Amino acid sequence: MSVIGQSAPSDVDDNSASEQVVTPVVRRSGVDRIFRSVATSSGVITFILMGLIGGFLLIKGYDALKVAGWGFLTDSEWAPDQGGKFGIAAILPFTVQIAVVALFIAVPVALSTALFITEYAPRKIRRLLTAMIDLLAAVPSLIYGLWGLFYLQPRLITLSKWMANHMGWVPFFHVNDEYGTSLGIFPSSTFVAGVIVSLMVIPICTAVMREVFSQAPPGEREGAMALGGTRWGVVRDVVLPFGRGGIIGGSMLGLGRALGETIAVTLIISPAFTAKWSILDQGSNSIAALIALKFSESSSFGISALMAAGLALFIITLLVNAAASTVVSKSRSGSSTEI
Amino acid sequence: MTTTLNTTTENKIDTEERIKIREIEIVDVIVMIGSALSSLALSFFFFQILLPVSGALGFSVCWYVFFNIISTVAVWELRGAVKAKDHLARIFIWTGGLAAVVPLILVLAYVIGKGYHSLRPQFFTQDQKYVGALSESTEGGGAHAIIGTLQQVGIASLISVPLGITTAVYLNEVKGRLTKPLRMIIDAMSAVPSIVAGLFIYAAWILALGNQQSGFAGSLALAVLFLPTVTRTSEVVLRLVPGGLREASLALGGTEWRTTSRVVLPTAKSGLVTAVILGVARVIGETAPLILTVGGAFVMNANPFSGKQDALPYFVFRLIRFPQEAQVARAWTGALVLVILVLVLFVIARAIGGRGPDHISRLKKRRLKRKGLA
Repeated sequence: MSVIGQSAPSDVDDNSASEQVVTPVVRRSGVDRIFRSVATSSGVITFILMGLIGGFLLIKGYDALKVAGWGFLTDSEWAPDQGGKFGIAAILPFTVQIAVVALFIAVPVALSTALFITEYAPRKIRRLLTAMIDLLAAVPSLIYGLWGLFYLQPRLITLSKWMANHMGWVPFFHVNDEYGTSLGIFPSSTFVAGVIVSLMVIPICTAVMREVFSQAPPGEREGAMALGGTRWGVVRDVVLPFGRGGIIGGSMLGLGRALGETIAVTLIISPAFTAKWSILDQGSNSIAALIALKFSESSSFGISALMAAGLALFIITLLVNAAASTVVSKSRSGSSTEI
Repeated sequence: MTTTLNTTTENKIDTEERIKIREIEIVDVIVMIGSALSSLALSFFFFQILLPVSGALGFSVCWYVFFNIISTVAVWELRGAVKAKDHLARIFIWTGGLAAVVPLILVLAYVIGKGYHSLRPQFFTQDQKYVGALSESTEGGGAHAIIGTLQQVGIASLISVPLGITTAVYLNEVKGRLTKPLRMIIDAMSAVPSIVAGLFIYAAWILALGNQQSGFAGSLALAVLFLPTVTRTSEVVLRLVPGGLREASLALGGTEWRTTSRVVLPTAKSGLVTAVILGVARVIGETAPLILTVGGAFVMNANPFSGKQDALPYFVFRLIRFPQEAQVARAWTGALVLVILVLVLFVIARAIGGRGPDHISRLKKRRLKRKGLA
């Protein structure tokens, strides 16, 4: 890899950065040059890798995209191998629905967990809880999927039924069923999948929010307390306004994670290819789950179509994540520690 | 309820007498007990007598809601609106904080309960060669899957850890015009869905380069997922190394390479090890990329570079969807082993991460003694 050339521009950059203070005598030994170029080249490799991911998905998905044209965005069925139409018009809304359900549960829980850890918990509980949240992130999504399928779903569908019966006037909870609402129509739904995915989103959101909340300026915090504010007063008027960027950014990072979640969703849902508003009744889908389910039974053209779907997912998560990290980094204050 | 003044200099206050800004008064205790009792009675009345429904979960939800209402009203009467809001917020935040932990405990308990029936020592020594769908769930084992997972994760770490740590060194020590865009790219890369990483390796390594599905293809996919995690966490750890140490080393005439290799990295060692182990714990359970890359097998294949290989998560994912009870039981055993692996890694990471940079291990102490330094 021709990376030796990389060290020269970074030298120049370094000089110009510190020139405002005093012109330093830069005298780098040969070892240092090698060190710098090795470090730089590993950074360059990361760049190349990221480009390759997008590039290969585009190349391999191009065959399918060429055939489908704009229909890829407007068709809702998925039959590339049968010579039929295929597109993400139904799968994408389902993916977003699952992610939104997950966020509806995860964001309030993550918010209160982050506040609990930074503001309310006694120190011993705080350390334990931080470890538990980290562990929640370390448990594989496969395990959550299994637990959701065998333990949570049979219990959750009674709640689905209750919501369908009592809150059916909300379009999302409306269930079309001419035989009356029986429990049998509620498993494998968007709602169940979203609840499971929320478990995987909670640790991500909590981590970001916790970090931002703990950076709330102690002076203002103490000032609010000294003025006789209650703990909630401090949270509402100091911590939350300061951490607004972290709350939004953390939620969006969670959204990115929820959109790409594969295995748990694959285990829970039964694939559907007609978009619908209702989230409670059977049948849902997601791009990632579609790839996992269809992969083994696809011909080379079918796999090309799946590559195109993967590319769409890749682009969407990139956009969401880029927006999220911009919001978070704008809200973050200084991050260095000095002696 | 005693709470202490929350400042950033907690450690300093720790050594002194801690300031208690709120004491529990007897009235508060009485109000809480009274609210608990009256809400219990009220929810019993509503839930068991008025509504034709029953169930422990519904009852406790009902009790919780009534308790919130009654105790808030009581505090409002006693201490005014500000205190009542504080009280209500406190309840909600405590509930939310503890609610995040409940599913974790339920999940772990459920996996242990489902998996331990069929867990036998031979699960770690045998494969599924002589096992049919109808044989007992205690027959055969998942050794082929465990070996596969360990090899794949091992190779992935061999690729990603050096690359990730050098990238983190670039971001934090070398610094150049790439720093900012690189940080963005790594952020973006950590958001790549795991299935997309699998698709990428399938497109690049298998379709474009003409290789077959193998354990190595799986480890490449895992490496793509592992790299951003390791880079980000190591960068955070390197950032915590005090700048004074670097300056001291440079002032003594150390080169940049010596400063990094002899001062920065050793200082950050325990943090880096923690970062790597936590990363491994996350990658070890990844299933989605492996569906596309390793191929899956029921017999032992200890060579990751040729032939289809199995992995523990993929083993679980395939067997759980069989109709036979024995296969499902095997899948749960695999899931239990996977969870145990993750837990062990997690505990190791915590134990190492708990030590500060000035921690001197027993081995190190002996070495120092030999040199006559301690």
